[in-house]
Amino acid sequence: MSEGRFARWFDARGWPLLLIGAPYLWLVVLFLLPFLIVVGMSVATNTATAPPFSFGGEHPWINWDPFTRVVTDGLYLRAFLTSILNAFVAMIFCLLIGYPMALGLTRVSKSWRNILLMLVILPFWTSFLLRVYAWMGLMGKNSWFNGMLTDAWNFLVPLDWAVKSIPMMHTNFAVVLVMVYTYLPFMILPLYASLERLDPNLDEAAMDLGSRPYRVFLDVTLPQSVPGMVAGGMLVFIPAAGELVIPTLVGNASQPMIGKIIQDEFGQARDWPMASAVAVALLILMVVPTMIYSHYQAKAEGSK
Amino acid sequence: MTTPDAAAFLRIEGVSKTFGHFQAVKDVNLTVGKGEIFSLLGGSGCGKTTLLRMLAGFEEPTSGRIFLDGRDMAGVPPWERPVHMMFQSYAIFPHMTVEANVGYGLKHEKSWTKAQRAARVAEMLDLVQLTQFAKRKPHQISGGQRQRVALARALARQPKLLLLDEPLAALDKKLREHTQFELMSIQERTGVTFIVVTHDQEEAMTLSDRVAVMDKGEVKQIGSPTEIYEFPASKFVAGFIGSVNSFDATVTGREKPHLRLKVPALGIEVTARDVPGVVEGQKVTLAVRPEKIRLSKDRPEGGNAVQGHVKDLAYFGKDSLYRIRLGDTLIQAHAVNARRGDEGSRVADWDDAVWLAFDPASAIVLVE
Amino acid sequence: MKRSPTFLITVLCFGFAFFYVPILSMIVYSFNNSRLATVWGGFSTKWYVSLLSNDAVINALVLSLKIALISATFATILGTMAGITLARFTKFRGRTLFSGLVVAPLIMPEVITGISMLIFFILMADWIGWPGQRGFTTITLAHITFSMVFVTTIINARMVQSDRAIEEAAMDLGSRPWQVMFDVTLPVISPAIVSGWLLAFTISLDDVVISAFTTGPGSTTLPLLIWSKVKLGVTPDINALATLMVLTVGVGVIAAGVILNRAEKRRLADERLAFRSND
Repeated sequence: MSEGRFARWFDARGWPLLLIGAPYLWLVVLFLLPFLIVVGMSVATNTATAPPFSFGGEHPWINWDPFTRVVTDGLYLRAFLTSILNAFVAMIFCLLIGYPMALGLTRVSKSWRNILLMLVILPFWTSFLLRVYAWMGLMGKNSWFNGMLTDAWNFLVPLDWAVKSIPMMHTNFAVVLVMVYTYLPFMILPLYASLERLDPNLDEAAMDLGSRPYRVFLDVTLPQSVPGMVAGGMLVFIPAAGELVIPTLVGNASQPMIGKIIQDEFGQARDWPMASAVAVALLILMVVPTMIYSHYQAKAEGSK
Repeated sequence: MTTPDAAAFLRIEGVSKTFGHFQAVKDVNLTVGKGEIFSLLGGSGCGKTTLLRMLAGFEEPTSGRIFLDGRDMAGVPPWERPVHMMFQSYAIFPHMTVEANVGYGLKHEKSWTKAQRAARVAEMLDLVQLTQFAKRKPHQISGGQRQRVALARALARQPKLLLLDEPLAALDKKLREHTQFELMSIQERTGVTFIVVTHDQEEAMTLSDRVAVMDKGEVKQIGSPTEIYEFPASKFVAGFIGSVNSFDATVTGREKPHLRLKVPALGIEVTARDVPGVVEGQKVTLAVRPEKIRLSKDRPEGGNAVQGHVKDLAYFGKDSLYRIRLGDTLIQAHAVNARRGDEGSRVADWDDAVWLAFDPASAIVLVE
Repeated sequence: MKRSPTFLITVLCFGFAFFYVPILSMIVYSFNNSRLATVWGGFSTKWYVSLLSNDAVINALVLSLKIALISATFATILGTMAGITLARFTKFRGRTLFSGLVVAPLIMPEVITGISMLIFFILMADWIGWPGQRGFTTITLAHITFSMVFVTTIINARMVQSDRAIEEAAMDLGSRPWQVMFDVTLPVISPAIVSGWLLAFTISLDDVVISAFTTGPGSTTLPLLIWSKVKLGVTPDINALATLMVLTVGVGVIAAGVILNRAEKRRLADERLAFRSND
C-alpha cells in the first residue's frame, strides 16, 4: 500500500520535481553561486592572505574602492574603450561583409544554397583557437600573404613610403581582422534566416509599383531585415567585447582589452576584488546590448 | 460593357513561354478592350499566372509580343510598366502602415507633389473605405481589409492595366460575394482595364465581360460568359464551365436548321442545333447541361425524349439533382423545385420510371 | 525574377575565400620542410611524424576526449531535462530565475565564467576541503555547466515545435508521466538530443578559456597545449596538428551532412509515395 502511495506521489510531484530540480540545482550551485561570489568579491578588500581577500578590516564591510578605480583609473577606462571600439568595428565589418553574403545566399539555387550554408557553418565546428592561429601564420612578417600585401602597398605608394613588410601582428587591426574572421558566421546565419523568410512577392510588388531594384532593396528588403541585423550584430559584439584569446595572440600588449585585464588582475596582481569589479563592470556594460537583442528577438517572434 | 474594338487596348500576339523543357504558355493570341474586365480562367498549371506575370513584366515571353495602348512592352522592366498587380498573397509591406502601403507607388514619383500624393492616397482609401484604418499596420487589419489595401495600392498610380491574381481566393464565401460586386463597382468608377486570373468559374462568370478559358498553356475559347456557357467550343470547355452530360454520337443527317444524331447510349435519334462544317457520318460529342433536361412522369410531346429510372436524388432546397440510369449510362438532371410541397410532390422518387427530354436548341454538338 | 546579381555572387566568392584561404594556407604549410613556419622550404611530412610520436600531444588528446565524452553526456542529460522543463512546465516557483539561468551562461563572457568557477573551486577547497586538486574533475564540471545551456536551447526549440497532443494521447492511453517521457517525448526529440550532444562535445573539445582557469597541474587538454605553444608563435608542428583536426572535423561534418541529407530525401520520397497511394 505504501508503495502505491509512493508511486502516486512520484507521478504527481516527484517526477516533475526531479526533472526541474536536477538542472536547476546544478545551475544554482555551479553557475549562480560562483557568479554571486564574484559579485560579492567586487566589494571586498584585497589582502595578503590566502585566499587574498577579506570583508571589513580597515574598511567598512563594503569596499567601493575597486569600482571607484574602474571608473577613474585610465588603465581600465582605456581597456574598456579598446574593447568596445574593437568589438564595434568588428561588428560593422561583419555587417558590411555578412549582409551581401547572406543576401547572396538567398539568391542562389536551392542545391547550391545548402552546400554554401554548410560551408558557412563548417568553421564553427573546427577549433576556434586554430582559426585564430591560421591568421597568425598569414599576418607574420615572412608570410606569403603579408608579402603580397607589401608588394601591393609598395607598388601603389611613393618610393620613400615603401616598407619591408606590413606590421600587422600585434595591432588592433589584427584583433579586428581575426574577430571578423571568427565571428562572421554569427552575423551571416541570423541575417540569412531573416532574409530568407521575406516574401519574394513583396519585392515584386514594389517593382510592380515602380521601384527599381536598388529602391526595392532600400524600401522593402533592408527595413525588414533590421531584426536580423541587430541579432547578428549583438551575437558578434557581445562575445567580441569580452574576448580574451584573440587579443592575447594577435593584439597589442600595450593596449589590452578588458578580458586580459581581468585575467591579469586575478593572476599576476592577485587582486581578486579588483578582477571581480572589472568583471561586474563588463557585465553591466553588456546589459544594454543584451536588452536591445532580446527586444528585437521578441519582436521577431511576435511578428511571425 | 465595352466591346473589343479594332484598336485593341491590350494586344497579345503569339506569346509563348518555355521554362527549360516545359512549355507554360503556347502561342496565345488575344485582345482586350479599354475598360473591360477580362478573365483568364483555368486549372492550376494552365499557364494563366505565367501569362499574367508576363503582362506585369516579371517574365519575358520566349516568343511573341505584347502591346499595351499601342506600345510594345518587350524589354520594359516591371517598374516602368503602367501595369499594376494585386497579388494573390496581397504582398502588403508588413513594415509600413496602410497609408504608406497605398502611397508606396507614388513615393518615388518626382512629378507628384507631397500634397498631391496625400490627396491621392486619401482618395484611394476612401474608394476602398479604409480611411479610418490609414495609420494601422497590416497585421492589425483583417484579411478582407488587406485585400482592399492591395487594391488601393495597385490603383493609386493610375495604371492602364490592373492585374488581379486570384483576387477572391483568400476570402471566405460571404465576403467573396460582397467583394465581387465591390470590385465591379470600383472598376466602373475608375474605368481601369482589369485582367483577372482565376481558377473559379463562378468568379470568372459573374465578374467578367469576357473570359478566356485556358488549358495546358493554350487558350481554348474566348467569349462572354454566356457564349462560353451556352456555346462551348470544345468538350474541355463544356466540362470545365458548369457540369454537362456528354455522349458519343454520329451524325446521320441534316434537316435545316437541325442535325440528326445517332446516340447509342440513349438508344434514340437526337435532333440538335446545326453546327457548320459537320458532315454526315462524322463522330461527334453530344453535350446537354443538367438544367436543360426536363423530367416528367408521362411521355412528353416532341422528340429528344427517353425513359430511365431514378438512381439517386439530392434535395438542395431550391432545386434537386437527379441521377437517372439508362442502361449503363448515368444522366444528371437538375429540376427546379418551383412548387412548395412535401416529399410526395416530387416529379419522381427513387427507382421510379421517369421521362427525360430536351430541346434541340439545348443539345450542343461538339466536334473537338 | 530571382536573378543572382553579379555583385552578390562576387561578394560570396570573396567571402568564402576569406573563410577558407587561411585554413588552406595552414594545411599547405604543414607539409613545409623548413623549420621557419612561414617560409616554404620544400615538401615534407616530418612534422606529422614528430607530432604522432609526441607523447604530450597524445596524452592531451586523450584527456580532451575523455573530458568531452563525459561532459557532453552529462550536459545532454541535464540540458534535455531543462529544455523539456522549460517547454512543458509553464508555471512553477522560480521559473523566471530558471529561464534566466539557462540563458546567462550563453552571453556571459568566458573570462568571467572561468574566473567565477575558479574562485568557487578555490573557496570550496578552503571551506570544505573539496576539490582537493583542480584538474580533470573541475574542468569536466565547468564544461558540463556551460555546455548544458546550449543543449537546453536546442531541446527547447525542438520541444516548442513538437505536438503536445501525442504526449497527451500517451497519457490518455494509461502511461504515467515518466513513462510518457521515455516512450514518446524522448524518441520524438532524439535528433535534437543527438545534435545537442555533438554540440556539447565540440564545445568541450574546443574550449580554451574556461579550461585554462579551472585546470590544475598535470591536466593539460589539447587546446591548452596548443594555447601554450601558439602564444610563443607559429610553429610547423601546430600546422600539422591543425590540419589533422580540421580534416577530421571537416570529413565528419560533411559525412553527417550527406547522411542527414539522404535521410531527408528518402523521407520526402516516402511521403510523396504515401500520398500518391492514398489518391
